Amino acid sequence: MASNPYFSLTVLFVAAMGFGLAPLALAWMWGKAFSPPKPNAVKNAIYECGLVSKGDAWMQFRSAYYLYAIIFLIFDVEAVFLLPFAVAFTGLGVAACLAMLVFVLMLIEGLAWAWAKGVLTWI
Amino acid sequence: MVEEGLKIELGKQGVFVTTIEELYNWGRRSSIWPMQFGLACCAIEMIATTMARYDMARFGAEVFRPSPRQADLMIISGTVTKKMAPQVVRLYNQMAEPKYVIAMGACAISGGPFKQGYNVLKGIDRYIPVDVHIPGCPPRPEALLQAFMTLQKKIDAQPLTGEGRPRFLDAKAQGEFPVPEFGEHDLEPSSNMGVWPVPVVISTGTKGPGTRD
Repeated sequence: MASNPYFSLTVLFVAAMGFGLAPLALAWMWGKAFSPPKPNAVKNAIYECGLVSKGDAWMQFRSAYYLYAIIFLIFDVEAVFLLPFAVAFTGLGVAACLAMLVFVLMLIEGLAWAWAKGVLTWI
Repeated sequence: MVEEGLKIELGKQGVFVTTIEELYNWGRRSSIWPMQFGLACCAIEMIATTMARYDMARFGAEVFRPSPRQADLMIISGTVTKKMAPQVVRLYNQMAEPKYVIAMGACAISGGPFKQGYNVLKGIDRYIPVDVHIPGCPPRPEALLQAFMTLQKKIDAQPLTGEGRPRFLDAKAQGEFPVPEFGEHDLEPSSNMGVWPVPVVISTGTKGPGTRD
């Protein structure tokens, strides 16, 4: 066992764990011995800003903002592509221009679809 | 308990003697973390105390915690209105033991200039046990530091065992302080029994100058 090349590593690992866990265990034992816990309903309340929480956290959110955010992200990425395209515009060939045109048209189609669906109208 | 004279003698010989109680209290008094909340104008003085000129960090108390779970000290820094009192008491309840309270300024002690108003609590010690009161309107940062040192002295003198041991070491001692609720005319209850005994009004029949109905 001692001839195993990982033996020293294991010993070091155990020592390191002990170094970290021993103070925590000591603190825990000190707490158990010397400070009786005084739990009560007010103390154990989850919300800790002084007010009593109202209602349930499991409520439904409107998805309108989520769609807005997705459309924003798509056009954000488009802007990232459009900037180098505009900078290198004079040196580009027909194929590159067509590829960029297809890319932009696809996004415009998506925008038209979202518009038709009424996503852009905030209710 | 080690005698003070013996301790000094041993110290001269290079032997350091202490007790667990002293070490424990030294650790506690050197790392009192106040809760980060201000109620009124006194809070500005409290903020000034933590800044470089007055430097509360000298006492290990610059770590203002935004959560009651991590705080040891509640500085009632200003006027406690009756609308705010339930929140203050609830936050005090949510602090972990051991916990201490400094009532800062005339309002926190007694209602101060607003004592005769309908909406101001006449002293936070009606609901929670206060360790140090500081008078002043508002007290200067030096006064808050003085209160802080007074609290440190108080912590230093707390025994771990026996009759005089503090609340958090006594399993039977009171742990919950009832949170008042808004009643029809006043907070209900208007004071917590055991924390603040209601003074008995003694009527002498004659009204001196300055007495009110």
